[in-house]
Amino acid sequence: MNREDFPFFKEDIIYLDNGATSLKPKCVIDKMVDYYTFYPANAHRGDYDLSYKVDQEYESTRELVKDFIHAKALEEIIFTSGTTEALNMIVNGFFAPLLEENDEVLITNSEHASNILPWFKLAKNKGILVNYIPLDSNYYLTMDNLKKSISPKTKVISIAGVTNVIGDIRPIKEICAYAHEHNIFVVLDGAQMVPHMPVDVTDLDVDFLAFSAHKMCGPTGVGVLYGKLELLEHLEPTVLGGGMNESFDNPSEIYLKGLPARLEAGTRNIAGVIGFGEAIKYLKKIGMDNIHKYELDLRKYLIDKLMPLKHIDIINMESDSGIITFNVNGIFSQDVAYYLNKYNICVRAGNHCAKILKSSVGVTNTVRVSLYFYNTYEEIDNLVELLSNYDKIVKEMI
Amino acid sequence: MDKETSRNLIMDNYLNPKNRNKSHVGYEKINTRNESCIDNIDIYIKWQDDIIEDITFSGEACAISIASTSIMIKNLIGKTKEEALTYIKEFYKMTDGNPYNQEILKDASCFEEVSHQGNRKVCANLPLKGMEKAILE
Repeated sequence: MNREDFPFFKEDIIYLDNGATSLKPKCVIDKMVDYYTFYPANAHRGDYDLSYKVDQEYESTRELVKDFIHAKALEEIIFTSGTTEALNMIVNGFFAPLLEENDEVLITNSEHASNILPWFKLAKNKGILVNYIPLDSNYYLTMDNLKKSISPKTKVISIAGVTNVIGDIRPIKEICAYAHEHNIFVVLDGAQMVPHMPVDVTDLDVDFLAFSAHKMCGPTGVGVLYGKLELLEHLEPTVLGGGMNESFDNPSEIYLKGLPARLEAGTRNIAGVIGFGEAIKYLKKIGMDNIHKYELDLRKYLIDKLMPLKHIDIINMESDSGIITFNVNGIFSQDVAYYLNKYNICVRAGNHCAKILKSSVGVTNTVRVSLYFYNTYEEIDNLVELLSNYDKIVKEMI
Repeated sequence: MDKETSRNLIMDNYLNPKNRNKSHVGYEKINTRNESCIDNIDIYIKWQDDIIEDITFSGEACAISIASTSIMIKNLIGKTKEEALTYIKEFYKMTDGNPYNQEILKDASCFEEVSHQGNRKVCANLPLKGMEKAILE
């Protein structure tokens, strides 16, 4: 779909690493070049037309994000450098002051490092407990296991909406409803979810959401922290500086601005945020439902073709996203990636930043294909043809 | 070394590596891994004063890293620290695409090609980096 919008496809490369980052359509690139060329002023600072224009564009992205995820208020949308920064802000700015020793955070073994390490640090510094909801035999998170894992100590459930190795979609709405009945907060890592399907934070009733622009046709260095307004009000800035304060005279007299400025210290990635707005408009035009459906069709096509290959071990046979994880028998995943690279096919090899998943799946490293709407059936055919011939892989993997 | 010979040497050392998962009681252990990829190898060295009496290894890594480790082990057992450092230096020269002494590197010259493959250079160098660290520390 829509390949003509991507200047990258002039190259003869098959890009199947969309879980890592996505390609950029020309409209997004142009929008940022426009900013740098025609109105490269700072936002929120100047009393002149140029700066006003920057403000308008920057804030219009906030409006677009708000509508895109169905937030209730503009103040609920904070621009960050990415999912990682957003998750760190949630943990260190909101939960660090709130949680006490022996309070429990529940995560799973298939979380990304950025949804584990900030909690680990809090466990070390404050003595909170980080425990794991067991995954089922498909590495899925089930409501049953979640319910069994909750204890009176549980204060937070922090999980990905779609995991980056298994690609399973978690029942977030149901999780939020159950969690809230038990006075538990839900933090949603949306890095692999928001780019691929409709997400409605109001309907899900999630407390916090983090996601990145670059995985959804936007620029790198931009992300979003969404939080319910009444919670965000209590999120303490972890970075202080320009743009976020009202006035200050001495250490005990610092007056901060309201949301969202309070949480956006310093000069932001203005070009990135403006480009991100264009990416959202672009994705909306295609339609998130269409994107999700197309990726599932493409996934099924790939799985059906890989299944008969005896030497391919598919790790996540069942999954409702465009992530397919597999290994070629007896061949280290990196050698498979290297082999495919010889034919200009980009896939990821490794543990995909989910280092502790190995204790559940039992394999340390895998090959991951992650699809997006611009991938084609023809590209899948090319990939499968190369993977079909075991002897060729062995011969050409070095 | 011609391409076919190089390839056979690498594959042979990958499939039947020297001293993988062998006993290493009382050996010095050094972990070596790449930040940019997923190779992760533990090297175990038995010293007799200044001389490398034995090396074994364990871990998970790609074909190039495993083969490079195996060939390094074959070439360094019995060498002094100084000789090992010379070998390592020559190996880096080769993977950087510079002239090197083939007599010192012997079979290891099968990795000459990686100087043209940026993403595989780190894999070939990996065990050497570990060995270098063990000697210099």
